[in-house]
Amino acid sequence: MVEQSIGKSVLRKEDLRFITGNGRYTGDIDLRGQTYGYFVRSPYAHAVVGEVDTSEAQSMPGVVAVLTGKQVAEDELGGLPCGWMIHSKDGSEMKQPLHPVMAATKVNYAGEPVALVVADSFDEAKNAAEYVSVDYEELPAVVSTAAAQSGPDIYAEAPGNTCYQWELGEKAATDAAIEGAAHVTRYSLTNNRLIPNALEPRAAIADFNRGTEELTLYTTSQNPHLARLILTAFVQIAPEHKLRIIAPDVGGGFGSKIFVYSEETALAWASMKLGVAIKWTAERSESFLADAHGRDHVSEAELAMDEEGNFLALRVKTTANMGAYLSTFASAVPTYLYGTLLAGQYKTPYIYVEVDSVFTNTAPVDAYRGAGRPEATFLVERIVDLAAKELGVDPAELRRKNMIQPADFPYQTPVALEYDIGDYEASLNKALEMADYAGFANRKADSEANGKLRGIGLSCYIEACGLAPSALAGALGAGVGLWESGEVRVNPTGSVTVLTGTHSHGQGHETTFAQLVASRFGISVDDVEVVHGDTGKMDFGLGTYGSRSLSVGGSALSVAADKVVEKGRKIAAHLLEGDVDNIDFEDGEFRLKESNRSKTFQEIAFAAYVPHDYPIEELEPGLAEKAFYDPVNFTYPAGTHICEVEIDPETGVTEITKFTAVDDFGTIINPMIVEGQVHGGVAQGIGQAMFEQCVYDESGQLQTGSFMDYCMPRADDLPNFTVGMTTTVCTHNPVGAKGCGEAGAIGSPPAIINAITDAVGVRDISMPATPEKIWRAIQEQRA
Amino acid sequence: MSISVQLKVNGKSVTLDCPSNTTLVDLIRERLELTGTHVGCDTSQCGACTVHLNGRAVKSCTILAAQCEGAQVTTIEGLGDTDNLHPMQEAFRECHGLQCGFCTPGMIMSAVDLVHREPAINEQVIREGLEGNICRCTGYHNIVLAVESAAKKMRN
Repeated sequence: MVEQSIGKSVLRKEDLRFITGNGRYTGDIDLRGQTYGYFVRSPYAHAVVGEVDTSEAQSMPGVVAVLTGKQVAEDELGGLPCGWMIHSKDGSEMKQPLHPVMAATKVNYAGEPVALVVADSFDEAKNAAEYVSVDYEELPAVVSTAAAQSGPDIYAEAPGNTCYQWELGEKAATDAAIEGAAHVTRYSLTNNRLIPNALEPRAAIADFNRGTEELTLYTTSQNPHLARLILTAFVQIAPEHKLRIIAPDVGGGFGSKIFVYSEETALAWASMKLGVAIKWTAERSESFLADAHGRDHVSEAELAMDEEGNFLALRVKTTANMGAYLSTFASAVPTYLYGTLLAGQYKTPYIYVEVDSVFTNTAPVDAYRGAGRPEATFLVERIVDLAAKELGVDPAELRRKNMIQPADFPYQTPVALEYDIGDYEASLNKALEMADYAGFANRKADSEANGKLRGIGLSCYIEACGLAPSALAGALGAGVGLWESGEVRVNPTGSVTVLTGTHSHGQGHETTFAQLVASRFGISVDDVEVVHGDTGKMDFGLGTYGSRSLSVGGSALSVAADKVVEKGRKIAAHLLEGDVDNIDFEDGEFRLKESNRSKTFQEIAFAAYVPHDYPIEELEPGLAEKAFYDPVNFTYPAGTHICEVEIDPETGVTEITKFTAVDDFGTIINPMIVEGQVHGGVAQGIGQAMFEQCVYDESGQLQTGSFMDYCMPRADDLPNFTVGMTTTVCTHNPVGAKGCGEAGAIGSPPAIINAITDAVGVRDISMPATPEKIWRAIQEQRA
Repeated sequence: MSISVQLKVNGKSVTLDCPSNTTLVDLIRERLELTGTHVGCDTSQCGACTVHLNGRAVKSCTILAAQCEGAQVTTIEGLGDTDNLHPMQEAFRECHGLQCGFCTPGMIMSAVDLVHREPAINEQVIREGLEGNICRCTGYHNIVLAVESAAKKMRN
């Protein structure tokens, strides 16, 4: 009998190749005869494009061709679409200005591609790009999120640079509750703009074969099938059956590799036009300029309470920056992934949120780890903390008082979601214990004795993951279904090949999914191979984002595995000469009840493919099953994060002395991998709260365009993490899993700012809370 | 201008003609096709390209091939292979010190050099010593554990 591996920290199957240098990322692939692409990018944030003179560049050594945005327009390629239609409160559709593959007549952010140079070598392409001459007529740039609606219009079709004006919740009831409330806490905040910076820059190789008319695109994608659908149905690069997209090993994504970008699309078009393979690997400065950025909200919030501190209503007004164009998922992020989460873990009866989305002359803004949910959590968990300070009550107790209780599930929030299950107090209690909340006063006294400031901060977060029930997503404006597909192929010898439409770029699916399937069949994890990331291998899939892979993709595999077992029982019934109802399957064996007769999983697999003694008239040979799993609800991971800091008042330098994360992710397949996801998510949350800030100057020039200017958290910036779990099993998917990829980035930022403001004794310090800002706050406090 | 460079890479003697502006990482990746060494930035900040040059960790994006005449270079492929892992490689796997794997080869090469060069290995020494290698996935917690664990094995 093979040991059951669910819940065990099985070492990752993918690691051997990565630790020995045998990973195969897009940049590691070279095709025979390939050429190299280099993009000419706009130096201006906003300008009319005049004549583009490529003649000198064309004559440079090694140059194969120089293609421009004007040729893209001549070839009548479609624009890059946004996949989610949002309607404004007046019922009108969001404004979606053409997002060209390369700019032809006007550039709208610094770094936007205007031409592609193709040459025999990378150096030759890069050198020749210097000789492409573009006439620009510079226009005033709109940069500030808060002031975008009063700036000059970037697009005639979007007056006031407004993409949409969305609302959710009951306005009149919320207004009335706030009007009559005993206490109202008010908070104005900015959620800082971030640059995702997966360590592997984006890269692609487009390879068109003129003989077969097949186009193969190797690319750094979190969702190759979605990319194929967009390139086919919208941009109309190539027919779907002639386009194969391969996303091999991908070096991190965090959302930034979901989207279909200009560069990969231009490369595919150029390869077909020129009949050569073209490789492009972004330099890091291109990643800073042209990867979709994240967050960038400006908000006003009001939380109303009665005399006892019971939450009565929450009213929120947010302006969200979309950048210059609507990226693939952009419109959904500050709406259905944000406004719907404003209930948090609390029984606030009335919530009303308005979101104005605006265009600016900056890089497109889209989903970045957490996507909307960190923005909602930051707002809720900061204003709740401020309320506790204003009321003079313990922030943990104010939260506890207002929490949705286990008996309340399923719980319908006033902002459209129905939470299926949770136990928020259990995570709060465990986190308080693990963080030794009770002992904080003593530690604070010790710090003060040493001339240091000490603070502690909580955050009780919830997120909606497992995107998404297709019908619901469709009703809310999604352009695609959001099920996931899986195939479980049992090979004749009983080993198993698993194909999934999700994509792993660090999450360890090759191990987690193998554990899931191996456990169902009672076979070794080593006998299961997980295949992903190639439209030529699996039917279809929606990819990996929104912590959906295990809860939706894993559920598809679970259903497919059940189908395999069902077919296996029929084969076993034939071989064991019994009734199928009397066949049990357990621990890798099909057993005939009340007999000592059985067949192993491997014997059944062999019989399915070598059907010499087989119910061939009733059953097809073979043992491979597919499933398309469509979830009935979102999943709702939740938990409590507690941050404790010590600050040197002379320098403002802050040390996180302890960071505690207690999360409820439902069923956990591999605790080691889950804890790793929490570590990484919290690290990015600490990055947002203390280090990272994308800065444009007034003319729209990116000031933080390298790792020297954009502060990425490094090893000596971060603490060790204390991670704990509580569990309520997801009620509506067969795995019971909720998803764990984003929780760290969602839960942590408010805990950190709550801790820092607690230590300094001020109401607010904006993110990122750098030593300079903290030092200034301390000085003002002392003055 | 083309130059000729003679050096040893992973114990193998190599003589190559290359343009004078060829960097060591280009020589390793493009000419020798050792793609385990990665490029994650263009400002020598991320450390994904770290290799050993005469036994010391260097960022190979910032070294010209011409500077490596007569040198001994070790890349992740030369540190240990799948049948014979270096203790640092083994520890990264055992401690879950990697996720997407892109920074990992550079991180491992830096960590091996750190253990060789620092007389006392503890959390602070590791965190400060790996400051030149960016990992966006792990939050470094498990990388620190991996280096601590490997250091013990390397010193036994």
